[in-house]
Amino acid sequence: MAESMKNTLTKRKIRWGEWIAETGIKVVAGASILLIVLIFIFVFREAAGIFSGKTVKSENVRPIGSTDENSKPEEYSLPDDTDTATNKNGTKAESNSPDVYNPEIEEIKKPAETPVSEAVAASQNRSIWENLMSKVWQPVGEDPKFGLLPLFIGTAKATFVAILIGAPLGILAAVYSAFFAKRWLREIIKPTIEILAGFPSVVVGFFCLMIVASLMQSLFGLEYRLNALVGGFGLAVAVIPIIFTITDDALTSVPKTYREASLALGATEWETAFKVMLPAALPGVVAAVLLGIGRAFGETMIALMATGNAAIFSGSFTEPVRTLAATIGAEMGEVIWGSLHYNILFFVGVLLFIISFCINLVTELFVKKRLARKFQGV
Amino acid sequence: MISIISNRKSRPFVIRKKILGAAIVSITFLAAAMVITIALVMLGHFLIKGIPNISWEFLSQAPRNNNTEGGIFPAIYGTTFLVLTMALLGVPVGTATAVYLTEYAKQNSLFARSVRFGVNTLAGVPSIVFGLFGVGFFVHFIGSGIDGVLGNTSSVWGQPALIWAAATLAVLTLPVVIVSVEEALRAVPRELREASLALGATKWQTVWRIVLPNSMTGILTGSILAVGRGAGEVAPIIFVGAVYSLPELPSKITDQFMHLGYHLFVLATQSPDVEAAMPKQYATTIVLLMLTFILNFTATFIRSRIRNKK
Repeated sequence: MAESMKNTLTKRKIRWGEWIAETGIKVVAGASILLIVLIFIFVFREAAGIFSGKTVKSENVRPIGSTDENSKPEEYSLPDDTDTATNKNGTKAESNSPDVYNPEIEEIKKPAETPVSEAVAASQNRSIWENLMSKVWQPVGEDPKFGLLPLFIGTAKATFVAILIGAPLGILAAVYSAFFAKRWLREIIKPTIEILAGFPSVVVGFFCLMIVASLMQSLFGLEYRLNALVGGFGLAVAVIPIIFTITDDALTSVPKTYREASLALGATEWETAFKVMLPAALPGVVAAVLLGIGRAFGETMIALMATGNAAIFSGSFTEPVRTLAATIGAEMGEVIWGSLHYNILFFVGVLLFIISFCINLVTELFVKKRLARKFQGV
Repeated sequence: MISIISNRKSRPFVIRKKILGAAIVSITFLAAAMVITIALVMLGHFLIKGIPNISWEFLSQAPRNNNTEGGIFPAIYGTTFLVLTMALLGVPVGTATAVYLTEYAKQNSLFARSVRFGVNTLAGVPSIVFGLFGVGFFVHFIGSGIDGVLGNTSSVWGQPALIWAAATLAVLTLPVVIVSVEEALRAVPRELREASLALGATKWQTVWRIVLPNSMTGILTGSILAVGRGAGEVAPIIFVGAVYSLPELPSKITDQFMHLGYHLFVLATQSPDVEAAMPKQYATTIVLLMLTFILNFTATFIRSRIRNKK
């Protein structure tokens, strides 16, 4: 009797309800990690057609944006041998044209017996890497050109302008709000920044398209209404709240004793702010700018509406540009499901994902850790 | 001695320093003023141009005659339907993750750190990539998979639809939910948890009966913020189910839908007659802004009350 009682008291009972709850929550929490992996796998999977040259099941060939539900699979089925119709680029051709006509595919999928134009022959001889590294982005046409360089240049230009405007404004405004502003002013600045952050990007894009573009054109006498400067300004509007908020967090997380010590040694407020507090919060400021860059180059709607969307290989900031993200946004709707163009748009997505992932990795592992170490050692 | 030195050396120095200081402070002030100006000019511009174009007819009717007449009711309806479905999908997952991070995770365990890293990474992924993910994973993989299992001959699930757009947005807004729910959970006093555990409640009972009810407002804030963010996102849903015009309102989750932001985008960039559609563009903007701002302000208000209580 006493023995069994001792047993029940000392033996640790497994509570199954508890175990299920804890495991369940842990599994759900793992969703965030899983999602990152899934995003990579599935965006990459759709892009993989470029490299493997694998054919796509013909019933999947359908424009993504198509609203018609009556696109029946049998319309797309291939009546005869499929081998001859499969071209080098990994696009399965169809002999009977569906209701969606795409000149690019139309040209490629002609059966072998019809004479192919030289341009097409050239496009088939060229390797996909040569195509990707060329200087022309012209995805639709007889000889589709998928040169990513103009897109990279465009993205870099727009992001550069955005950071050039956004970083000084965001950081200086945060310094002002953290150290110099009176309390009531700070009560105005912070909610206003939140308003700015709350603008949906499509609305910012609309504003740039309507107002900023005309204003800049009349101010500077620009040749093109929509260009890298207008787009960059729009992206800066999206970037400022991020840079402001993170810089502000970093500045306020610097221990108060730093400021007090500096002031006690006779430094003025501005010397304390710029020579003590800002250097101490530097990793946070770097993180702010990095995340700002990440936001700017991945932003789609503003870039789509305000940059002019012309893939030009040039260094001029007053010419229209086309960014990587905007290219996906603009062309994904019309592309044929499973075509080379489709694969390449996903490949651009993979690039965007990898770059943003790296930026995040750097801020997480390098910048934030340094900030933490700095102040924990105090 | 000291006074001599300072007299000889530092008076011009002090003056120069004062001028420099004033200049630097005014530069930072100018930066702050410019940021505020940008925000207020945008807001003011849309209010002035948009408010006169809002009418009951605009809010309650479908667009007619190439969007130069009628209203945007289908877009309002579609957006609402979309964000509510999104919240239904995303909030439970986000809440569970936040509960894990605050209640269960050991501070420096590898898994907890990985989850945190995952959440931060998710927050930094460009929104257009979520759109591609929605096409590749939800529509193409899950949707077509369901069709295959159910044996549908034509695509019912395996095509762009409201449910997939909502799922995509739920993934996108997951970090928003997690961060604000976490904050709310941390605001629950430790004593409450300790009292509950001391009375013999198990960990799960404490979480379910004490911690979660006490952070209900925080979960609400997180949901509202996520809905506000989701309502304004256009890029992820362009190819996952949003369409420009619809004959009738979506009734099932496999239907496609109209969306305020996408509607504005198409009106602004692809309208056959931009001038004629202008009033409708501004009115649509105001509706979208009102929707997101009201949601954001409600959330900020609730959150500031939680913070003050803490």
